Amino acid sequence: MVGHVEPLLSPELESGSSHEPSWPHQRADASEGLLIDALRRGDESSFSRLVDLHHTSMVRVARLYVATAAAAEEVAQEAWLGVLQGLAKFEGRCTLKAWIFAIVANCAKSRGVRDRRTIPLSSVTQEDDGGPSVDPERFLDNGHPRWPGHWSQPPEAWDEDALVSHETLEAIAAAMAQLPQMQRAVMTMRDVEGLGSDETCQVLGISEANQRVLLHRARSKVRKALESYLHEGEVSP
Amino acid sequence: MSAAIASELACRELVELVTDYFEDRLSLDENRRFELHVCSCTGCRVYLAQMRAVVRAAGRLAESDLSAAIRAELLDAFRAWKRT
Repeated sequence: MVGHVEPLLSPELESGSSHEPSWPHQRADASEGLLIDALRRGDESSFSRLVDLHHTSMVRVARLYVATAAAAEEVAQEAWLGVLQGLAKFEGRCTLKAWIFAIVANCAKSRGVRDRRTIPLSSVTQEDDGGPSVDPERFLDNGHPRWPGHWSQPPEAWDEDALVSHETLEAIAAAMAQLPQMQRAVMTMRDVEGLGSDETCQVLGISEANQRVLLHRARSKVRKALESYLHEGEVSP
Repeated sequence: MSAAIASELACRELVELVTDYFEDRLSLDENRRFELHVCSCTGCRVYLAQMRAVVRAAGRLAESDLSAAIRAELLDAFRAWKRT
């Protein structure tokens, strides 16, 4: 199998990569099948492309489970071996990305068993703070005669330029780092990595309903943090 | 008119339904009430736009470069795997 390399495949894959959308919320496309076939034949440029596509994501996923960036990098590297060994069995029933993430999660967990350093993903109920998405102070009383439960301090539209700045991205990353672990895990899978809800549930081993609650809490908190960040300098409660 | 809509769904309730709305998990009736409210409420329109902006911006956290050293290390591992 090893010497069975098809050099013709690489230029094809390269041209495919130039059309790769920068928006991460994309599902598997036809080129994924080609990539997997080439990998099974041991094509190095295909592996290199796969590394480009997924390695930093794998480190991010591993970081959900282990305590340090260095440990996350090691877990991701170990997971690559699992990916290569498992390729023959990959059935394409989920996207390659979700399949790879599941391998990373397994490696991270078994590493935790070995060195007792992983952070156990706590159960949903444990971290379900159940608080409102928006500070209740910002709404009128439910007993208000005309506008019960309506905004008393409505949000102000955000400046589009400020939103795309590097500093804003860092503020979002910082806000996500503050989230309870499962909320951070779900938001990372869904919004950063662009997995679907089914795949997110599979990788994290949670129900769809829990996933949705966690996602909502996470996004609401990040919105709140971003609002404070973008209105910095103004008087905020 | 607005008062009637207001009695149906308050802003305080709407902010708890945003993710269900994005995920298409509201019932037909809830969905109708949600959209009706948003049509008539500037504050909630802004809120919805902010939640969308959060999702979009979080997606941009995925843009990061791989160091040459790590790529080389992984390629070495790949070559070793091919030999097995």
